[in-house]
Amino acid sequence: MIRYTPGVDLWGEPLATLRRIQDEINRTFNEPQAPAAEYPALNIWRGEDAVLVTAEVPGVRMEDMELTVHQNTLTIKGKRAPVATEPDVSFHRRERTFGSFARTIALPFNVDPDRVQACAENGVLTITLPRPEAERPRKIQISKA
Amino acid sequence: MTDVSGTGKGTAERTAESTRAQPVYIPQADIYETKDALFVSLEMPGANPDAISITLDKRVLAVRGRSMQKRPAGFSPVHAEYREGDYERSFTLSEAIDGDRIEASFEDGILDLKLPKAQPAPAKKIGVKHG
Repeated sequence: MIRYTPGVDLWGEPLATLRRIQDEINRTFNEPQAPAAEYPALNIWRGEDAVLVTAEVPGVRMEDMELTVHQNTLTIKGKRAPVATEPDVSFHRRERTFGSFARTIALPFNVDPDRVQACAENGVLTITLPRPEAERPRKIQISKA
Repeated sequence: MTDVSGTGKGTAERTAESTRAQPVYIPQADIYETKDALFVSLEMPGANPDAISITLDKRVLAVRGRSMQKRPAGFSPVHAEYREGDYERSFTLSEAIDGDRIEASFEDGILDLKLPKAQPAPAKKIGVKHG
């Protein structure tokens, strides 16, 4: 006798299965699955012709950041500077971290390094990485014989 | 719980829940003091500077903000490590602050506050009546 695990029994409870899949999809977006073990924390968005990466980089100046793109990898490098203070200050709290960071991620597809754009606003870096023209999905017309 | 290590913004544990189903983050802070002022820097990436509220009530300094994420049209999320949420943190100050002269600026996701210390009230001489 073959026993099916209830979770994959598509015939028994099709609606329940769909709901479970929907729940899983919702959870994927609502709760960050990888709660920023690495710096900077990233969100990745995928579109048909481009991929969008946003990173939380509070206090990092644009000139202290370096982006490298190779095929389908993106590397974000940078440096967080410690707060500049006068000599005779006493610290009550020092929670913000500083130093250099680097992070490399794999993108869903190859991107065109010449057309990558990056801008920063309120401590969030947004990188737009378009897909090369030659690798875009193309609609094929079906001709009648 | 305040997450002081590494990268993350700590999430607040609170007795009263927020009405929005969004996390409440505790922004990481650097606080230092000079002879005549207290300086507070808070990391609030993604916060809208016009919507940050800073209040000083008696000796409690409270900062609130909200990080908004642009949902790009035609894009679907494939990986998420942070999400939008509220920023909230308050501090009890040990010293009297001149509330009228507080300066605040927001740049690159960092809120910088300068809280000048209040000048001590001049000593008052009290005459003793004798009848």
